[in-house]
Amino acid sequence: MKDAFGAPQTLLLLGGTSEIGLATARRLIGRRTRRVYLAGRPSPALDQAARELRALGAEAMVVGFDALDPDTHEEVLGKVFAEGDIDAVLLAFGVLGDQAHDEQDPAAAVRVARTNYAGAVSAALVCGSALQRQGHGSLVVLSSVAGERARRSNFIYGSSKAGLDAFTQGLGDALHGCGVHVMVVRPGFVRTKMTEGRPEAPLATTPSAVAEAIEAGLRRRSEVVWVPAALRPVMAAIRLMPRPLFRRLPL
Amino acid sequence: MAVRPAPAPASVSGWGRTAPTATRLLRPDSYEAAVAALREAAEGGRGAIARGLGRAYGDAAQNAGGAVLDMTGLDRIHEIDAVNGLVVCDAGVSLHKLMQVLLPLGWFVPVTPGTRYVTVGGAIGADIHGKNHHVSGSFSRHVRAIELLTGDGETRLVTPGDDPELFWATAGGMGLTGVILAATVELLPVETSLMRVDTERATDLDDLMARLAATDHRYRYSVAWIDLLARGARTGRAVLTRGDHAPLEALDAKARRDPLAFRPGRLPAPPRIIPEGLLNRATVGLFNELWYRRAPRESRGRLQRLPAFFHPLDGVPEWNRIYGRGGFVQYQFVVGHGQEETLRRIVRRIGACGCPSFLAVLKRFGDGDPGWLSFPLPGWTLALDIPAAMPGLGALLDELDEEVAAAGGRVYLAKDSRLRPDMLARMYPRLDDFRELRARYDPHGTLTSDLARRLAL
Repeated sequence: MKDAFGAPQTLLLLGGTSEIGLATARRLIGRRTRRVYLAGRPSPALDQAARELRALGAEAMVVGFDALDPDTHEEVLGKVFAEGDIDAVLLAFGVLGDQAHDEQDPAAAVRVARTNYAGAVSAALVCGSALQRQGHGSLVVLSSVAGERARRSNFIYGSSKAGLDAFTQGLGDALHGCGVHVMVVRPGFVRTKMTEGRPEAPLATTPSAVAEAIEAGLRRRSEVVWVPAALRPVMAAIRLMPRPLFRRLPL
Repeated sequence: MAVRPAPAPASVSGWGRTAPTATRLLRPDSYEAAVAALREAAEGGRGAIARGLGRAYGDAAQNAGGAVLDMTGLDRIHEIDAVNGLVVCDAGVSLHKLMQVLLPLGWFVPVTPGTRYVTVGGAIGADIHGKNHHVSGSFSRHVRAIELLTGDGETRLVTPGDDPELFWATAGGMGLTGVILAATVELLPVETSLMRVDTERATDLDDLMARLAATDHRYRYSVAWIDLLARGARTGRAVLTRGDHAPLEALDAKARRDPLAFRPGRLPAPPRIIPEGLLNRATVGLFNELWYRRAPRESRGRLQRLPAFFHPLDGVPEWNRIYGRGGFVQYQFVVGHGQEETLRRIVRRIGACGCPSFLAVLKRFGDGDPGWLSFPLPGWTLALDIPAAMPGLGALLDELDEEVAAAGGRVYLAKDSRLRPDMLARMYPRLDDFRELRARYDPHGTLTSDLARRLAL
């Protein structure tokens, strides 16, 4: 169960090698989390992540999970929930893709959409319904400011996050009053291996800053969290910007 | 696979309004209905817990995904023995109702907490204490018998003489040994419904503890309101209010015409929406200052109405709303005599962190109580409210837990919403006996709560 400050005792991390996800897991282990399920495609990196969390004193289990195979989600995630209540699910998987390349390779572009949107829709529905049966728990979904307004430089990724963001808000409303808390997290540019070598955007942040914001969002039972918080007014202005002007921005 | 439209679950939280969870709220109006509700809940797979008036601060009367039995539908007083001072009543009867019915007959409840809006079942489940703990002990010491519906579906009459194990596991057992259906409670005779009260100010914590230790035994009721925002030389300054039921001869001629009148007034409730951060260091500091200065430096024998003495906050319905959407936690711990240094350290730390905590309460407990998970220990207990939104509060309270446990003390489960599970066994040495007894009477774990899940009770 979560305590009065929203600190979960059990955590399911979808995208078990996500840097933001693991930074969050480490932070929550520092509070109340004792059991963590790391769901992802089996890999040495996933096992290594589990070992690192164990070293912090948590019980860490690896669960084979593939976002691109939604037919298996119900079974794979159902097993996790059958072992006991999950207090928080963090949906942190996603791929950035390669915009320039993917524009020429529709199949690769579709792969981004299938992972970030379709896979997440399926996993979030499975988890949402399991949390609803429990009558408690948080579903935290990593969206992105890239989904707020599609930009020339990464609209394939951005559109997948836009879809996921809208979906998550709707799911939050559907689960309202069922004891389930659904939270959308919208980080700006986060310095991770996924963004390595890319030009940094203003208001860039780090996985540990996102983790801190997630912990605070769980405490406040927030529905939307921006990281850093200053992005909220910035993006509000960007959303209102006339298209011809927006197009000319070096974003 | 779809998100099914739920059969209208109810969102339930404790008095602190933190960590709400969804549950099926059932309101049995007879013992048969309670038995049926428990059986139905057992089939649902996520169990059931009884709930009274929801005054436990944390998650004691919540049960995510399962059933919560709202016991306030069972509110009949069956028998009053006005000669010997005994009442037999349903578990859902509130202390408020008992006072209304019993005071005109010259009887009072044996123990009352800071609110009279608790049920008899809740009073036993949390084994509540009051300002008379140093004289009378906890509530359950005055309970002669309990009608208990255990998890196996049996209804048992449990008395401390015939079945001390089940009785003292149930007293303070947070509803986890069974659903209390009815109880027989011993009463206290009173001549009037007024209190004769002595008030004095203590300039700091040491002065306060010295006064309490020296003269508490002269009073049936004793409590100190302590200003935790005062720092430096004034750390722990407090107002002591101590007294007893006023005898008839203390009343003037007019009051003697109706000496047992009980007519508590109520103000309107605060609005539903309160801005976050209304209670901050500045506002609470101002309140504490005014309230300290308002108290007489010393007054003796003042007559006070019973609600004003025992239940000042009951005058404001739903006062818990003033903490806003984020809710609040109450931290109450006890440390034994000889551990005054720990108490001083904790008071200093709370003062230093700037917790906007108004009206903290310090009380000197008498002997410990026989309940396996009963809270009181002979020593000092401090209770304070803090807005849950205060950053870093979780970590601070964890550190205070360490101090309390190291001093052989404990925190009160009826107030708890955030204890670390591994601290529990350190604080409650009979925890294993309690778990073993639960497994015996409730092999399928039908009785459970969010508190039980969180702390692996």
